[in-house]
Amino acid sequence: MATTAWNQQWLEQLRQTRVWRSIFRRGPARTNRTRSLAVFGNLALHVLPVKVREKSLSVRATYYLGSISFFLFIVLTITGILLMFYYHPAVPDAYRDMKDLIYVVSNGVFLRNLHRLAAQAMVVAVFWHMFHVFYRGGYKPPHEFNWVIGVGLLMLTLFLSYTGYLLPWDQLAFWAITVGTNIISYVPWLGRPIRFLLLGGHIIGQNALLRFYVLHCVILPLAAAVLIAVHFWRIQKDGGLTVRDDHE
Amino acid sequence: MSEKITYEVGLGSDAVRQPQRIVFITRKMSAKVKEKTEPQLMSFPHVIEREAIAFQLLAIVMVVLSLFWDAPLEQLANPLLTPNPAKAPWYFLGLQELLHYFPPVLAGVLIPTLVILALVVIPYFDVNIEGEPLWAHRSRKRLQIYVGVFAVLFVFLALYDAWTVLIPTAVVGALGLVPYFNPTSDSRFQKFLASRSLPWWVMTWFIAVALTLTAVGTFFRGPGWSWVWPWS
Repeated sequence: MATTAWNQQWLEQLRQTRVWRSIFRRGPARTNRTRSLAVFGNLALHVLPVKVREKSLSVRATYYLGSISFFLFIVLTITGILLMFYYHPAVPDAYRDMKDLIYVVSNGVFLRNLHRLAAQAMVVAVFWHMFHVFYRGGYKPPHEFNWVIGVGLLMLTLFLSYTGYLLPWDQLAFWAITVGTNIISYVPWLGRPIRFLLLGGHIIGQNALLRFYVLHCVILPLAAAVLIAVHFWRIQKDGGLTVRDDHE
Repeated sequence: MSEKITYEVGLGSDAVRQPQRIVFITRKMSAKVKEKTEPQLMSFPHVIEREAIAFQLLAIVMVVLSLFWDAPLEQLANPLLTPNPAKAPWYFLGLQELLHYFPPVLAGVLIPTLVILALVVIPYFDVNIEGEPLWAHRSRKRLQIYVGVFAVLFVFLALYDAWTVLIPTAVVGALGLVPYFNPTSDSRFQKFLASRSLPWWVMTWFIAVALTLTAVGTFFRGPGWSWVWPWS
C-alpha cells in the first residue's frame, strides 16, 4: 500500500503545479465543485452533463450502445486516416493499393480488417441503439428532436458505410455500388440527375470513385461529427437520459 | 392576534438541478408525485471511468476479431463481368429483396422514404404516452381494425408473392392476437405480450420483417435471386 500512497502523493503534487493548472484550469477534482469544473471547463467534455442519474449508468439502461457507436466512429476515424496514407482514389491504383496493404504495408491487413469490421459493427450498433431507445421510450418528450437527429445519424452511418464500400475497387465494391445506384435512378424525375451528380457521369468510373472518396473521407465524417456533438449536447440540455423503471 | 409567518428562501448545496418529470397524469388516475429526488452521480469521474472501460473492452474485442477475420477482397473491378447475383452491402439486402417482389418505384423509392419519414415522426405521433397495452379494454372495434389491416396486408403481399415479408408479418400478427383471446394467462411470455402497447407491436413487426429480409437476402439468395440453402 505504501506504493499507492507514494503514487497518489506524487500525482497530488503534480496537480498542484502551475503547469498542470494552466492546462486544466483547475486543481485536483476532489470536491463536487471542482468535479463540475472538470466537465464544463473542458472543451471535449462540456457536452456532457455535470451530473447524471445513477440509474442511467446501469448497463441494462442503455447497454452503452450510444457510446459504443461513438467509439466505433473514433476507431474508424483513426484507422481511416491511417488508410488514407496508403490509398489513391484512382482507377486502377485503388485496387493496387489494396494489394499493397495486404502484401507490402506492415500490419496493412490488420488495419484494413479493423476498419472494415468497425464499419460493419457501427451499422449494427447504431441500428441496435435506435431500437433500444425506442423500446425504452427514450424518444418521448423532451427528447423528440434528439431522436430526429439520431435518425439523421443513422442515415449518415449508412451512407458512410456505403461510400466506403466502393473504395477498394474490386468486383464486390463495383457491383454493390452498381446495384445501389440503380435503385436511385428509379426516383421519379430526380432519379437520373441525382445519380449523375453522385457518380460524376453515367457510369461508375474514375469520377465516381473520386466523389465517393471525398464524400467518405471529408464531407460525411464532418457532418457526422457535427451531428454527434449536437446529439450529445441535447442529452444534457433535455435533462439527461430517460430512465424507465422496470416495474413500469 | 395575527401570527407572523416567515418564509425561508434559499438554495440547497445541490445547486445544479436537472429538470425532472415529477407529475404524471393519466386519464384514470389523479395526479401523483412519482419521485422527488433520484440518486445522482458526478459525471467526472463516474461517467468518464465507465466510458473508458467500455471503450477498452470494445477495443480488445475489435482487435482480436481483426486478427482472425480477414476483410474480403475480390478481383479488380470489371464492368464487363457481372457476378450472379450482384449483391448490395448487407444492410441494403432487405431492400434488394423487396425489389425482387415489388415494382422499383414502390420498393426502391416509396417504401424506404416512408420508413425514414415514419422513423422521424415517431416522437411527434406518440399519443399513447402512458404505454397502454393494445388490448387493455378488449375493444371489439379495435380487433376489427386490427384484423382488417392484416387482411389487406396479406392480400397485398400474397398478390406479389412476397412470402419473405408475409411470413414474419403473419407471425407477429398472430402473436399480437394471443393476448386478446387469452387475456388472463399465467405464462410469463403471454403476460409480457399482454402488456405491450400498439407502438411496440408496430416497431416489432417492422424489425421482424427487416431482419427476415436482410437474412434471406444475405444467406438464401443465389443466381438470378433464386432461393438457395446456405449449406448447399
